[in-house]
Amino acid sequence: MSQTIKPAAIMKSFTVRATPEKAFEVFTRGFDRWWPRTHFIGASPLKEAVLEPGVGGRWFSRHEDGSEQMWGDVLVWDPPAHLVVAWRISHEWGYDPNLHTEVDVHFTKVGAEETRIDFEHRGLERFGDSETADKTRAGMKTGWDLILQSFKAVVGG
Amino acid sequence: MANNLAFAALADPTRRAVFERLADGPLPVGELAEGMPVSRPAVSQHLKVLKEAGLVTDRAQGARRVYQIDPKGLGQIRAWLDRFWDEALEAFRAEVERETQDSEGEEP
Repeated sequence: MSQTIKPAAIMKSFTVRATPEKAFEVFTRGFDRWWPRTHFIGASPLKEAVLEPGVGGRWFSRHEDGSEQMWGDVLVWDPPAHLVVAWRISHEWGYDPNLHTEVDVHFTKVGAEETRIDFEHRGLERFGDSETADKTRAGMKTGWDLILQSFKAVVGG
Repeated sequence: MANNLAFAALADPTRRAVFERLADGPLPVGELAEGMPVSRPAVSQHLKVLKEAGLVTDRAQGARRVYQIDPKGLGQIRAWLDRFWDEALEAFRAEVERETQDSEGEEP
């Protein structure tokens, strides 16, 4: 009963009306142009989201107060076919250089102006490795109790 | 965001009862359904919703599926990321196609 549950990788496949070259370019150098402005870590609003080209390139954000937040770094850079980036943002929304989850993206040509994107975010079980996760685990039962209590209060159960 | 989904999943009283029974320990569907005022398929349906909300996980044990509350809370993280990436990748797709159209428009 105590065996570890490993969360399945998040996988998304879809096609875009563009060449692989264009899709890879927009995903990487054009990262800031599509990344949702609502999603950032740290206290200051997001100014720019950056994915630097090449293996070891930094994945980070610049903020309106001048600060920078690391997110991860490029592990595989094989334009226009393949990109792997380490996502090192913990579930507590902080940068943890020891956290290793991978965002893996394949760009496959399927037509003259059509590219299939196969996206995978894997290694999610490692979110459970960090120190904060231990606290989360310890607090889980209490957390569920609180959730259920607030429900009973709202729903009158 | 994961919390919102979890809250919605628990808003149903029967589903909440299913969840509370699992809070006491892992159970297969059959045993969960015993003592519940609803049918086994109904319990399965509730488990499906709870699973999608990241509140419970399941695994095969012999021929049975055993359900339990996600011990690490990883299900919630996963559920959050899953929806997050949907949103981010849709924004990516829209941007690529917008730029492709723009560059086509610039051609003589």
